[in-house]
Amino acid sequence: MGIKKIDKTPARLDFLQSFTGLVLAIFIMGHILFEASILISNEMMYRVTIMFEGYYFFGETYPGIISFLASAIFIIFILHAGLALRKFPASYKQYKTIKEHTKRMKHEDSSLWMIQVITGFIMFFIGSVHLYIMIAQPSNIGPFASSSRVVDELMGPLYFLLLLSVISHAFIGLYRLALKWGFMEGENTEISRKRFKALMKLMIAAYIIIGLASLAKYTYIGLTHDFSDGVKYKSETINVGEDK
Amino acid sequence: MSEIEAARTLKINILRFDPNDPNDFPHMQTFEIEESAGMTLYIVLNEIREHHDNALMFDFVCRAGICGSCSMLINGRPGLACRTLTSKMDTNITLAPLPLFELIKDLSIHTGNWMRGLNERLETWIHDKEHELNVDKLEEPMEPALADEIYELDRCIECGCCVAGCGTIQMRPDFVGAVGLNKIARYHLDPRDKRSDEEYYELIGDENGVFGCMTLLGCEDVCPKDLPLQSKIAYLRRMMLKVAL
Repeated sequence: MGIKKIDKTPARLDFLQSFTGLVLAIFIMGHILFEASILISNEMMYRVTIMFEGYYFFGETYPGIISFLASAIFIIFILHAGLALRKFPASYKQYKTIKEHTKRMKHEDSSLWMIQVITGFIMFFIGSVHLYIMIAQPSNIGPFASSSRVVDELMGPLYFLLLLSVISHAFIGLYRLALKWGFMEGENTEISRKRFKALMKLMIAAYIIIGLASLAKYTYIGLTHDFSDGVKYKSETINVGEDK
Repeated sequence: MSEIEAARTLKINILRFDPNDPNDFPHMQTFEIEESAGMTLYIVLNEIREHHDNALMFDFVCRAGICGSCSMLINGRPGLACRTLTSKMDTNITLAPLPLFELIKDLSIHTGNWMRGLNERLETWIHDKEHELNVDKLEEPMEPALADEIYELDRCIECGCCVAGCGTIQMRPDFVGAVGLNKIARYHLDPRDKRSDEEYYELIGDENGVFGCMTLLGCEDVCPKDLPLQSKIAYLRRMMLKVAL
């Protein structure tokens, strides 16, 4: 008796949702740290920028690389959003049910999932705005250009909301991933879960502090810098571009 | 009597409703009970029925957390009345029947027919085509460690707490829930069950099965038998993915 052919798609979709989430979470962990280079100095942030533009490989900057990377992230982002959409409440009735359930249970992990849904939904919109700008204006990244975007182009409030959403979403997501797949599960799963949760909270706090500090620095530069001769940053040591 | 020894008065709020009485509607009723030493909610409910209202309905059999009958929402969380000590609670206690299951009356629900449906759906019995009819054949010996592992999962009492504690199944009643996934993990461990991984995939390899689980972990945290539900669901998820790769 032959076995009916099984439909492998549900397993693949579930794995792909986890995998795209993992990639995006790792990306964000790097992103926030690179962007925090502004806290060290303008020069440091400039060097990080031109590193991603390929300066240290080609001796020349290619902002197109940023467009390419941002496009790749955008595709993964859309894929992840589409896959995660399967888990959203699909009707008012379902929404009401899960909301009342969470309220009644007073259960932290169930409430964390609600945060995932809400922050995920918020990022459909503000995440897309941010990603599109990075694809469209890859050369406008730098200590002055980014500060000008935060202040003069009013991206500050959007970045603030995006920072809170993306950091909570990423680390709650990583915590859930570990438990979902049994990653690094110890003999006593209760202890490993407690440790993962403590790590999650620590990382959320640390990254939000780092992110807010960077945003404050960009805002400060945006408010105080004289932009009369443009937003391009002139490095004291590295000379890139036309006047070479 | 010193102040510490003075008995507390418990305020027990119970959601009451008889779905078979067309004139009845769901309402809360409060009873005041004097707390006694070592009191459980099961004893409280008996007190109420004996001294306050003999029409109050709730399920019980064993009084010892083995039969799984007295599961109910205790201050919003699923739990067993017979395993809940009042001394560990506030004096204001709210009881309601578990959601999702068919309501018989007050706190009494029909978990039995729901569980039967689940067991039929997942075919939770040993499948062995070759030896189906041979009851005289000696069973193969089993390693004690494996027998223990199977026994650990067999401790499930089908009380329904994990079902009532699961946000996923509340939203999507077709989801199999932790009780079902735990049973599949149990039969998958059992060498006497000859079902292939593909056959298990047929049962739980979709969004009503293991891939529907959103890891809210309500099941793990309310299970009165402390079954390792989170790690077993993770195990099934890995196994089912392996089948599909």
